[in-house]
Order: sequence, then C-alpha cells, then structure tokens
Amino acid sequence: MDTASPRHAKAAEAFLRDEENADWHNETLWFVRSKRDRAAQSLPEWEDLREQASQIKLHSLSKLDDYLIQLEENARQNGVIVHWAANADEHNRIVLDIMRKHKATKIVKSKSMLTEECHLNPYLIKEGIEVIDTDLGERIIQLRNEPPSHIVMPAIHLKKRHIGDLFHLHLGTDAGADDPQYLTEAARIHLRQKFLLADVAITGVNFAIAETGGFVVCTNEGNADLGAHLAKVHIACMGIEKVIPKAEHLGVFLRLLARSATGQATTTYSSHFRKPAPGQEMHLVLVDNGRTRQLASPDFRNSLKCIRCGACMNTCPVYRRSGGHSYHTAVAGPIGSILAPNIDMKEYADLPFASTLCGSCTNVCPVKIDIHQQLYKWRQVLGEAGAVEPTKKIGMTGMDVLFSHPRLYRFAGRAGRWFMQKFPSLANKSSLNPWAIHRDMPKPPAQSFRDWYAQQNQKDNG
Amino acid sequence: MNVGLFIPCYVDQFYPQVGIATLRLLESLGVRVVFPMEQTCCGQPMANSGFQRLSAGCDKNFIRNFANCDVVVGPSGSCVLHLKEHLHSDDQPEEAARLRNNVYELCEFLTDVLKVEQLPKARFPYRVGLHTSCHGQRGLRLSSMSERMEPKFSKPEQLLRLVDGLDLIQLSHPDECCGFGGTFCVFEEALSSKMGKDRVYDHVQHGAEVITGGDMSCLMQLEGVLHRQKSSVRVMHIAEILTAGN
Ligand code: SF4
Repeated sequence: MDTASPRHAKAAEAFLRDEENADWHNETLWFVRSKRDRAAQSLPEWEDLREQASQIKLHSLSKLDDYLIQLEENARQNGVIVHWAANADEHNRIVLDIMRKHKATKIVKSKSMLTEECHLNPYLIKEGIEVIDTDLGERIIQLRNEPPSHIVMPAIHLKKRHIGDLFHLHLGTDAGADDPQYLTEAARIHLRQKFLLADVAITGVNFAIAETGGFVVCTNEGNADLGAHLAKVHIACMGIEKVIPKAEHLGVFLRLLARSATGQATTTYSSHFRKPAPGQEMHLVLVDNGRTRQLASPDFRNSLKCIRCGACMNTCPVYRRSGGHSYHTAVAGPIGSILAPNIDMKEYADLPFASTLCGSCTNVCPVKIDIHQQLYKWRQVLGEAGAVEPTKKIGMTGMDVLFSHPRLYRFAGRAGRWFMQKFPSLANKSSLNPWAIHRDMPKPPAQSFRDWYAQQNQKDNG
Repeated sequence: MNVGLFIPCYVDQFYPQVGIATLRLLESLGVRVVFPMEQTCCGQPMANSGFQRLSAGCDKNFIRNFANCDVVVGPSGSCVLHLKEHLHSDDQPEEAARLRNNVYELCEFLTDVLKVEQLPKARFPYRVGLHTSCHGQRGLRLSSMSERMEPKFSKPEQLLRLVDGLDLIQLSHPDECCGFGGTFCVFEEALSSKMGKDRVYDHVQHGAEVITGGDMSCLMQLEGVLHRQKSSVRVMHIAEILTAGN
C-alpha cells in the first residue's frame, strides 16, 4: 500500500456515504457474530477452552525458539524442505527460487493471509508467473484486483450482483445472473482447469506441530487439498507464531477456530500434511517479518496468539460500519490495527485510533488477546513517538494545563457555556465543530454543578 | 466512611442536574458525601488520544482533591474505569494506588457497597431503554456481556427494577457501543455519528420513551442524535431516574 492511501476516518466516511450498503455490511457481519454466539453457547466448556487455548499459545510463544527448531528438525526428518525468511522480501524470493528451480510458471494458491501480508501475488506476477487464488472469495477479489477485506470472508464487502457482473466479464456467465449455485458452478469449472495445469501449489498454515513436524490447513472448500495433491510441489508458508507444541493441543484450537469464525462446529476440511507423497516435493517457509520484534515487546506479545478467526472483526462496531479496506492493511479490524503499526508505525498510525475501545473484540477472541488494551497502548506509543498529528498534541497539552488548574478550568467552563448560550449557531456550526455535522450540542446550563454546590453550601451555612 | 463525590468535567459543565441527582441519591441512602471543590477531570481525554503521559498535572490535581476521602464515587463508568486503570503519580505512588482501588461507579457503589435492595420513593412510569455503556460493562464488569458465555447479570438493571412503574424495554443489540469513544467522536465523526444513529434506532424501534445509562457521555451522544432528529425521546442519567418521584 502506498502512503497516500486514505486514512481510516476518511475511508470510513466514504464507505458510509452509501448508507444502505453500509447497513447491509453491518448486518451481514452481525449475522455471523450471532451464529458464533449460538455455536459457543452449545459448548458449556467454552470459556475453559478459551483459557486453555490462551495458555497453550502463551506457552508456545515463551519457548518459540525451541519449538521452531523442533518443528524444523522433525519436518526435515519427514522429508520436508524447510526455509527461514526474515522478512517479506526473503519470503517472496524463496518462493520464486523454488519456482525457478522447477522451471514452473503456474501456481494455485489457497487462502493465506501471510502471503497477502508479504504481497506475494504482485511480486510473482511481475516475474511472469501466473498466480491463481483458489478460495472462491479470494478468486473473486483477485479478478477485481482488490485486496481481501476480511481474513475469513475476503469478499464479504461484495453482493451477489457484483459477483454476477464480474463473472460475466471474466468467466462468460450469463449477463445479470446472480444465482449463487450457478455462479459457484462456473467458478468451479474455471478453477478446475487451473488446478490441473498448475506446477506448484501454495497453501497457508493454520497450525504447525513441533512434536510431529506436521501442519494443518483449514478450508471450507477443500481447495488447499486439491492444489497440494495435484501439483508436483507444495509450498506451505507460515508466520513463525503458528507453531504449537503437540498434536494433542490441536483439538482445543480446531474446536474454537471454526466456531469463532463462522459459527460452524468445525471447518469442512482440516487437512493434516506431514510428508511429501512419492514423487512430490514439500516446502515449509517460516516467516518472521516483524514477529520477533512484536515478541520482544511485553505490551504487544499477546497479539501473536492470534489464530486468525476473524471474530474480532465480525463483532467490531467500527469494522462492521467501515469495511475492511478502510484499514488499508492485509489484516484489517481490531487485530490488524495492532499488528500493522508493528510493521510500519508511520503508515498505520491512524489504525489504533480507529476504535472506541469498547472491548467487544477482547471478549470474543478465542485466545483471549487483550485487543482493546493493546490498542490503547499503541496510542501511547504513537503519541510518544510523535506519530500522531501535532495539533492533537498541542490540544492535549492545553487540556492538561486546563485540568491541572482548577481556577482556569472554572473560568474556561463558564466562558465556554456563556459562548454557547450567546452564539448557539456558531457552536452548532459543522464547519467549526465536527460534532455538529450529524449531532446537536447539548444545551449549556446557566450554572455548573460546582456553582450550584457552592451556592447550596452558602445557603446552608448562611 | 468518608465518601468523595467525583463529578466529571463534562457533567459539571453540561449536566449539573446529574451531579445533583447523584448527590441527593447518595444522601437519601444515608451516605455523608463531600464534593472537593477544586476537582476537574479524570484525565481520560488526554490518555485516550495517546497522551497519557501528559496527564500528570491533571492526575496530581485529582489526588490532591480526594486525598482525604476513603472512597470516591462518580456517576460515569468510563471516567471511573480510567481512574481505576491509570491514575498515576510519581510523587505519591501509594496514594494513587489507594485511590485507584477505592473509586466506584455509582451503580456498583449502590449494589456492591451499600447493597441497596429497595428505593421506596422512586417512581418513574415510562418505557425506558437501558444503554449499556462499554467501559462500565466490560471494563468495570457492571453487567454480563453477550460475547462471553456467562450467567446474565446487570447492576444498573437491578437498580432500575426497584423503581415503581418503570417499564424496561428489550433491545435487539443489548450491548452495542454507541460510538462516542472519547475523542473518537470528533476524529472519526462519520463513523461515530452512524453508530449513534444505529444505537438510537434500536431503542426507538422498541418503544423507548426515555434512554438511560450510567455514562452521561454516551447519553450526550445519543441525545445529540435524537435532538437532530427532532425526536421526543429523552435521555436521562440513571441517577435522575433512581431519584425520580422523590
Ligand atoms: S485477535 Fe482473536 S478474535 Fe481476532 S482474529 Fe485473532 S484470534 Fe480471532
């Protein structure tokens, strides 16, 4: 993303201009959140599971180096080729090198937010490689040349008719057709060609298991399996935080992931990969890209527990009404607003402020990340680093002066109320006061509470 | 017990009647309350905007004012939560810690400390919608939340049920944020207003005549929207309702 990308507030304002669409977006995501609630209610042990998941992740992070080495050793023994990437560039280069080694030109890729984070697609396309996203939602936005707006439902910002128009243009479906069954069938035929011709399949990784060297990929469409089984080469890309110690821990996460994400009891396909099939090659790319920096910070370490279920986005009243693209980052929503400034503090300085700190994200999160508290902490870090607008700082310094000096505060309060009484039209003028664009200011009373109290005391004593 | 009344700056300036109702309510329950005259603000506006470190003077003033009080009670969940989590002093760390542990939001003080079980004089024959403010609910745990699988409870609701004639309505989204969010309401104006509008709609849709809650800032947001819509629905702080009819 370039630095000229719209800041969150502006993008949100633009999104809200089509209020009907914004309402539809809000309600669709709320519907998913409600499904999640029902799924969670069906498990009496829900809160215990969250606690267990949180503890396992905390433990894994506390010994991340050990578990990663264990993962690497076991994977190698299984015949998997393991790579380490310090950043996005290295990750992309590793993938390209593998392609070149095999003289491969065609990739099918299942959903992976890590490759989004690393901007792998544009990188490979520039190198002349065909990259096809095979998750239906991902394919749709790829055809539109857009980034995903949600980590689990990447095309949630689009309606059926948008997809009908898109498929008409690219896949030759009937004009005006918007029947999901018909459109899905068309996509399936189109993707089947791609699956059959691909040289290499890329998948993400939901969980990697140190003890066995294996990893698990969860999808609802089975596209990861199809890709990985058909292609000669399977490259799995994972952030280093995805490692868990043992296979026995998997159950905790698999029970939480799908329920939190979509309200399903379990993802349709939870595929376990361990070793390459005869004649095939399997690669595992372990990517840092800022994660060790986040790990080194006690305030933000917790955010690495994230299992990318998207529940925090579905519940977030800000995300629901502003859409994923308003966050101008690969991982949108509350958790994205914590992760993004770690990668580029200046570029994403607006995101920790794109929240009311209502705390719903924290309480819906299956691994108990203190999301809203981390957003609050980011604000302090950004304030300290001078990454927020200088006018804000001047305003806040002035406020502290005001609130440190009771007499000045009283004077200012009186003056302010006097002003609002005499010039109500000015106080309610939207060009001077953003509050007044869609809302009215309260009517200022003649007397503050303090003045009333002083008078009362005088009366009592006099 | 020496109870200090904490009236947040915006309540002091814009909603003195809420301060008066809070004081009267506490006094009617036999609590001796003092109002330290030099108090100003809890420091939340600065902290919320990323300048918690600039609130030292404000914090110091707060501590100076309430040093003589055993407990502090205020009619605003978000200000109380801010104090509980962030009141800080390099010079007087123990005093800051003592106050952090002894500051109460009005409803929790009534239900947990005073253990109020009846309000014989309170009467309010209207259909009332309760806006559950986020900081009070999730931060201070004044009520259960829809995200967590936990037994249902609500301290403000418990108190409203003691009011004669009051008809508490049900909402479609019992704990959705109103969109005020401190300086969010200005810096993310469009979003904030939309959230306020949606929140108001839920209440109006279910027949509320009055919207109440424990945080005047949220109510100011909802009032601003209602007023712009020329709605006849009013907002009232819960202290005003609990003292209605007295
Ligand atoms: S932060 Fe929590 S709720 Fe949000 S995507 Fe990650 S695991 Fe899910």
